Amino acid sequence: MNDTTPTADERAARLEGVGCKRKRVEDIRFVQGKGNYVDDLKLPGMLYGDFVRSPYGHARIKSINAQRATALPGVIAVLTAADLKPLSLHYMPTLAGDVQAVLAEDKVLFQNQEVAFVIAADRYVAADAVELIEVEYEALPVSVDPFKAMASDAPLLREDLKDKTEGAHGARKHHNHIFTWEIGDKGGTDAAFDNAEVTIKELISYQRVHPCPLETCQCVASFDKIRGELTVWGTFQAPHVIRTVASLISKIPEHKIHVIAPDIGGGFGNKVGAYPGYICAVVASIVTGHPVKWVEDRIENLSTTAFARDYHMTAEIAATRDGRVSGLRVHVIADHGAFDACADPTKWPAGFFNIVTGSYDFPVAHVSVDGIYSNKAPGGVAYRCSFRVTEAAYCIERAMDILAQKLGIDPVELRTKNLIRREQFPYMSALGWEYDSGDYHTALTKAIEAVGYRELRTEQKVRQEAFKRGETRELMGIGVSFFTEIVGAGPSRNCDILGIAMFDSAEIRIHPTGAVIARLGTKSQGQGHETTYAQIIATELGLSADNITVEEGNTDTAPYGLGTYGSRSTPVSGAATAMAARKIKAKAQMIAAHLLEVHDDDLEWDVDRFRVKGNPERFKTMTELAWAAYHGVPPGMEPGLEAVSYYDPPNMTYPFGAYVCVVDVDVDTGVVRVRRFYALDDCGTRINPMIIEGQIHGGLTEAFGIAMGQEIRYDEVGNVTGPSFMDYFLPTAVETPKWETDFTTTPSPHHPIGAKGIGESPNVGGVPCFANAVNDAFKFLGSTHIAMPHDNWRTWMVADRLGLHP
Amino acid sequence: MAEVEVTLKVNGKTVEAKVEPRLLLVHFLREHLSLTGTHIGCDTTHCGACTVDLDGKSVKSCTVFAVQANGAEVLTIEGMAAPDGALHALQHAFRETHALQCGFCTPGMIVRASRLLKENNNPTEEEIRFGISGNLCRCTGYQNIVTAILHAAAALRDTPYQEAAE
Repeated sequence: MNDTTPTADERAARLEGVGCKRKRVEDIRFVQGKGNYVDDLKLPGMLYGDFVRSPYGHARIKSINAQRATALPGVIAVLTAADLKPLSLHYMPTLAGDVQAVLAEDKVLFQNQEVAFVIAADRYVAADAVELIEVEYEALPVSVDPFKAMASDAPLLREDLKDKTEGAHGARKHHNHIFTWEIGDKGGTDAAFDNAEVTIKELISYQRVHPCPLETCQCVASFDKIRGELTVWGTFQAPHVIRTVASLISKIPEHKIHVIAPDIGGGFGNKVGAYPGYICAVVASIVTGHPVKWVEDRIENLSTTAFARDYHMTAEIAATRDGRVSGLRVHVIADHGAFDACADPTKWPAGFFNIVTGSYDFPVAHVSVDGIYSNKAPGGVAYRCSFRVTEAAYCIERAMDILAQKLGIDPVELRTKNLIRREQFPYMSALGWEYDSGDYHTALTKAIEAVGYRELRTEQKVRQEAFKRGETRELMGIGVSFFTEIVGAGPSRNCDILGIAMFDSAEIRIHPTGAVIARLGTKSQGQGHETTYAQIIATELGLSADNITVEEGNTDTAPYGLGTYGSRSTPVSGAATAMAARKIKAKAQMIAAHLLEVHDDDLEWDVDRFRVKGNPERFKTMTELAWAAYHGVPPGMEPGLEAVSYYDPPNMTYPFGAYVCVVDVDVDTGVVRVRRFYALDDCGTRINPMIIEGQIHGGLTEAFGIAMGQEIRYDEVGNVTGPSFMDYFLPTAVETPKWETDFTTTPSPHHPIGAKGIGESPNVGGVPCFANAVNDAFKFLGSTHIAMPHDNWRTWMVADRLGLHP
Repeated sequence: MAEVEVTLKVNGKTVEAKVEPRLLLVHFLREHLSLTGTHIGCDTTHCGACTVDLDGKSVKSCTVFAVQANGAEVLTIEGMAAPDGALHALQHAFRETHALQCGFCTPGMIVRASRLLKENNNPTEEEIRFGISGNLCRCTGYQNIVTAILHAAAALRDTPYQEAAE
């Protein structure tokens, strides 16, 4: 070797592999306005669909008169349930084992429910026609309070299920009841409470919110009558599942359906499910023989597709007087809306809510969840969170603070005392999850030292004294959260969607020059998959990331996968990527052995090449081996260099983190100012630190929105109030705090490269941290729990209730 | 509906068309001119994804009729790069500082920021935050967008970017 030979470190750096703050490949097109989103698509002869929606929360449909609309020039057709019924398409199956009306048949069950679908030559004409359709309703009593849904006199919502005493998840005990889901040791938990020195109990409600990506849900359906083939371009986080569901519903063979998810303008869970708009666009294309585009407007988006939360959790903790937790009991009323269309793995009607023991060593726990129907929009669960994990984190993190308050000890001290210890991993939780890895105490210690926690508490004490003396009208709150997520669904033994195991996939093809194309079953909505998957391949195969193209979203070319949600892309498809790369590497090693005339055991890997052990001058680079794969393979070996991996993860992954938030609250205006927010995340192996930090910034901002203002609220007659940007709180750059990020790295032993996933952590940990900070500000005045969202008006009301106003 | 003739300059090119009086500028740009970089994210003029430059002012093109833009000069994201394809300093800075994720707000954000920097070539962080508050982003939390605009401002002034003192 001479001085100009690059060192191993230099060669590794050139690959831009795992650990590199690689600039994003996607940005080149996005910064020039050359992204390709669904609404950008323009096909010859394309028509536009638009919905007539119910103004009532619950009403019988007496008649629909579309005559004036169909007479309008440019209107092609109007579809109603009567048109869909002969095709058995007026209802569609949901992911939760229920059905959902595509177009309302006899009655509507929530405001803005789909009643008729107009097809017109242009979107303005379609909107005109919607106004011309006359629907006569007879209003019915509504049920919007989840606590009254199962009262004996509660109105019957689902007439189609009236006599069914069994649902998809067991017995139904009331006409508005969907399921009861129960887990844990009830007897043991009851005993822990009977013997407890101290207990707390609190109703902790997580309001209904909406993920609200900046691009709404939309699709273009195009049915080719000659070929009998259907192509659907859509905002799909899970394109392969959409294709399978489309085939099952339409009876069009699956190979004749082409589902394509182009660039997606944010998802956050909103774009997992199947919605009436997709079905109607498909039917409309079949009926008219033209491509049909359907694009939700913002009000439709916020009021009909995929709410999140609406979880009402009564949490109890049993503990010793010195602050050791001995039992956890939670009962939940879960408001699922008019149809149970929650996007959970099929066997988990409450998602992974049983992660509710959090980061703490609870010896015993019991959880039960009652799902109920209401006159609210269906769908959802997700909002940047893996299947009810954020509800669980909010519940336990609030409950731990309430316990600390009752015991009169510091919230950090209580957490430190009860966190699962490093030597306990892999840790089996009381509710049956095996946590892969963690070093919780190190993370919490790093966080409290970074923010100067003790000094903050001293400052708070001084402030409280001054407040009592009337010298200031500002309170100070310090919020701490320590969260553990469960992501990467999931192992086929416990995770499936409609019977399809929740594996995911990667296919890697090395071209003769060493350039690569990789295709995956997931679908980026802004996470930067085109950049990060290439980094995994670069490190695994020693090929420069710049020469690797990553493709997702085309069901014809990508291997089958379950899609991107629940932070599953890195844990599952990222693992599949590494596994497929390793298959390629194994073949390359045999080719190298053949070319170097040694046994393959005599070779060792060195960044981007195989070299002969003890003789590093003799090597073959991966680029050379790629070329050789197409002309110089050993006798008996097939040429070519490609592999596919369908990865069934052995376990979920468990990212964790410690967050601290400091707020100042003006008791006279209710304004809560976030002075500081520090987030320490441990997502295992870090693939691209720049992208990780970006995910944390974004997730914290969404958490800030939820905790401080977002709510999809219904009034007593079933009107959804404020489903537009006039009212729904999306933080602007002005309100959004400045974020401080930090990390520890505890690789997962159950993932080929040790990565755990990051996208949802900041939402899961952020929401309780903001809430704990606001609660902490008022705690010394005797307040135990203040419900979210902590907007100025509600905060002012809290101050008022506490008698702080003259 | 009777159509009206309009003539305007879009990204330096003169465009003539007959449009319905009710046609929104954003639909004119996206559907008549196929300039799909300008996006639509709401119905209430809040999100700013449709921001374009109209006669030297940032406007939300979902709240301007195409006929109102008659005789005007419009700049969209497609007109930001130099004729030779070289990226504008803002486009470059957005990529360098990871100021975008899904990319949906990005065109409006960049067009807005370019107007902001024309009005104030050395803005403070606070001025930037206020200046882009008509543009919503759901992915980035704005922090890197603010950084990108600070970087681009420095580059356009031809001075090296320096982190503000804490």
